[in-house]
Amino acid sequence: MAGEGEKKPVLEMVQADGADEGCVTFVLHNEDHTLGNSLRYMIMKTADVDFCGYTITHPSESKINFRIQTRGSIPATEPLRSGLNELSDVCQHVLNTFQARVNEFKERQEEPME
Amino acid sequence: MVPVSAGLVHTSDYPGNYPGYDDTWDMQKFQKNFRIDIVHLDESTMEFDMVGIDAAIANAFRRILLAEVPTMAIEKVFIYNNTSIVQDEVLAHRLGLVPIKADPRLFEYRSTGEASAEEEGSEIDTIQLQLKIKCSRNPRATKDSADPRELYLNHMVYSRDIKWVPIGNQADVFADSVIAPVHDDILIAQLRPGQELDVIMHCVKGIGQDHAKFSPVATASYRLLPDITLLEPVEGERAERLKRCFSRGVIDIQDVAGKKVAKVVDSRLDTCSREFLRHDDLKNAVKLARFRDHFIFTVESTGILPPDVLVTEAIKVLMVKCQRFLSELDSTDLE
Repeated sequence: MAGEGEKKPVLEMVQADGADEGCVTFVLHNEDHTLGNSLRYMIMKTADVDFCGYTITHPSESKINFRIQTRGSIPATEPLRSGLNELSDVCQHVLNTFQARVNEFKERQEEPME
Repeated sequence: MVPVSAGLVHTSDYPGNYPGYDDTWDMQKFQKNFRIDIVHLDESTMEFDMVGIDAAIANAFRRILLAEVPTMAIEKVFIYNNTSIVQDEVLAHRLGLVPIKADPRLFEYRSTGEASAEEEGSEIDTIQLQLKIKCSRNPRATKDSADPRELYLNHMVYSRDIKWVPIGNQADVFADSVIAPVHDDILIAQLRPGQELDVIMHCVKGIGQDHAKFSPVATASYRLLPDITLLEPVEGERAERLKRCFSRGVIDIQDVAGKKVAKVVDSRLDTCSREFLRHDDLKNAVKLARFRDHFIFTVESTGILPPDVLVTEAIKVLMVKCQRFLSELDSTDLE
């Protein structure tokens, strides 16, 4: 990854020599259980994922090691990308539902006053 | 709704766990089963139910509400004169914890020490506040009174004494909303005649992860809906004892064919004290579990933003996190 002098890494990929593209450990910087656990859940629900887990290497460092092992020769970035997309879609749906229900509740509260 | 006994935390609904059952992520199924019910909503507190979502994502929302929704709080305190009995650093610490009613979405983060580390901060990322107060003796007090409220003027420094000093174009932008502390009766320091405080404060935007003063919630928590089932009919005197084992309103005694029978009316009110396990004749009559995907959220705001706005901001923060890594993946792929 080409980086200018000041750029801090956000996402790194660490791959063991000899392993195929399907077994990769991603290092996500400035993340913790908030994204780690929810992303792990979404990727575990994906088909063709043999193993998915995350670790906080040391509580003083804010980074997580996120490991994905896929079945077959699917590159590991694919379930990561689809997991992130699906998590984003879940958030969007939750947001829409929540805002609709809040507006409904506020309208219902105003009715007796009219 | 999937009931589970207390103790099992991790998911078991990943594909391949149960043979012949496909648990792969299905957005349609999620959207069909997911619902939100608002139970209570006012300016400071909110209680709502989120049903049909996994604990990992519900917990992510709770963590973001506590630590990653930004607010404005006093960060830099320039002390020009402090002759009070409260030390400078203690005073600065107390001022930082005062919640400031300013919408953080209208401000930017202050860029961290790029060119000039001691920059005063511009109108887009800083709010300037001033606290200038001097305690004096009350000339109109009676000779032999001992009440400090009568003897002294300005001897209690409250948060209402913090005044906003608009910088740049803030006076026009915030013409209709005054920037001030949320509550005006927070006691900051006590003074006696001759002591004074002359302090300029800069508020910046921050998140709870950095310092707890930036947390927008008094607290945000969730609990799981209890699942109480009676395994056998409980009648008569046993029913009365069973009713007393649970919180009020959970179990009701109904008259069925002349006999008093216990019935579970509202398990939501229970606090799961498991008192019934202490009675040998009742412990096998009830099964106590929790619905694993039914979360009862309680969000108490400090007053900076209303609680429903806080929840929407928290959901947006999680979306932004995902987008950040997606764009990072895309940019590294292109290389």
